[in-house]
Amino acid sequence: MKLNFPNIEKNQFLNEIGDISRFTARFFREVSKPKQEYREFINQCYWIGYKTLTLVGITAFIMGLVLTIQSRPTLVEFGAESYLPSMVSVSLIREIAPVITALICAGKIGSGMGAELGSMRVTEQIDAMEVSGTNPFKYLVVTRVMAATLMVPVLSSLANAISLYGGYLGVNIRGQVSWHLYWFQVFGVLDFSDMLPSLVKTFFFGFAIGIIGTYKGYNSTKGTEGVGRSATTAVIVASLLVFIIDLIAVQITDILGLT
Amino acid sequence: MEKDLKPVIQVKNVNKSFGENHVLRDFSMEVLPGENLVILGKSGSGKSVLIKCIINLIQPDSGQIIVLDHDINELDQDELDRLRAKVGFLFQSNALYDSMTVRENLEFPLRIHWTKEERAKNAENAVKEALEDVGLAHTVNMMPSELSGGMRKRIALARALILNPSVILYDEPTTGLDPITAREISELMMEVQKKYNATSVIISHDLNCIRITSNRVIMLIDGRCYADDTFENLRLSKDPKIREFFD
Repeated sequence: MKLNFPNIEKNQFLNEIGDISRFTARFFREVSKPKQEYREFINQCYWIGYKTLTLVGITAFIMGLVLTIQSRPTLVEFGAESYLPSMVSVSLIREIAPVITALICAGKIGSGMGAELGSMRVTEQIDAMEVSGTNPFKYLVVTRVMAATLMVPVLSSLANAISLYGGYLGVNIRGQVSWHLYWFQVFGVLDFSDMLPSLVKTFFFGFAIGIIGTYKGYNSTKGTEGVGRSATTAVIVASLLVFIIDLIAVQITDILGLT
Repeated sequence: MEKDLKPVIQVKNVNKSFGENHVLRDFSMEVLPGENLVILGKSGSGKSVLIKCIINLIQPDSGQIIVLDHDINELDQDELDRLRAKVGFLFQSNALYDSMTVRENLEFPLRIHWTKEERAKNAENAVKEALEDVGLAHTVNMMPSELSGGMRKRIALARALILNPSVILYDEPTTGLDPITAREISELMMEVQKKYNATSVIISHDLNCIRITSNRVIMLIDGRCYADDTFENLRLSKDPKIREFFD
């Protein structure tokens, strides 16, 4: 008997892509139907947004601080120390803050959704929901994906602000830049073409994290082992998708001349 | 049971396979009003699949299932939801929502089947009554994680009863419980059956539970109905396949 492992993996990969596409199509069908679960949506916004805020805030602050401290020697070498606030702010707003925020959310929210829904699947809670007359897809999936799509941009915007504040402290550790001058330089260099693409792509990051997290959890099998696998693969796939979306966003921004 | 009574559940020539694994083969049965029917079979014999087909959580490959005069394969989602309100389901794993209190667990089915006004007026009493029926009124604000296995089973039963169902489906109600608690649950099932005058289908291989609860037992072997008789007659049977369960 001839075993052809690469072909098996390729088929599994294509099947997975097909299943995720069908899952996403079902999401759009369910969203367009009336009677949404608004209460659960608000609840999920609280869990995804508010409960992730501290983690995102601390990370963003350290990110801004470290980036500034690390960038200083190179700029000093070229005699361009005065460009430090401008350079750091563009790097943070355009790329680093949104992507790092999305990766943190992929880790925390994606794995949380994968584990929670996976555990509900294997303990028959999703079946119980269906038997009680509630549409579990609408109650569990639609609310979480919508909340992630809305909250990741909010978290990313807050991360932008906090990381810039970290940058201010970083600049002042070994230099002397006033509060007003720092922000004057930051907003002097940032414009619409920096902010908008950065904000728009975070909606896609949030959507991808929500879809992958709920897909993995909702379709979890094989007991507790399956729950663990759902949580892990949700993080891996969501993180990978964040980078792929970022790559596509950069290409589109470039084509549209927004660089 | 009177023979002229109209069956509450009719399962006609149902087949269900998962790949090469043929779980149900041309399986048929009827359940009469007020009856406590037990489906007995080995683990993996298709008992849980059958009970999930009855509530349409799993769709059979072929055959017909009629519940309370409705062919479940011909119902749209709204009709199916309305039918499900008349059928209580006790899951093997209890399936209590971990993130909700006992009260929220019990109120969950009401949010779909009762109006906002009905909920505001009657939900409190309905929850209280269902919890009193299972002897756990004091647990109303507790989380499922704070309850023992037997208590969780009782709460799951209370949730199944909250909409006053005509039919109750029990999926291995005593699995994982100690013999004393298992007996208490079996007796509780009889009490609620009397109070609610419900028809019950019980999936089990716990002989004590079957002895206490059953009017009739169907033995499921290799996806087919191998025997259909009372517990006592099956217990006294000399058929080697039936004896396997009792020896």
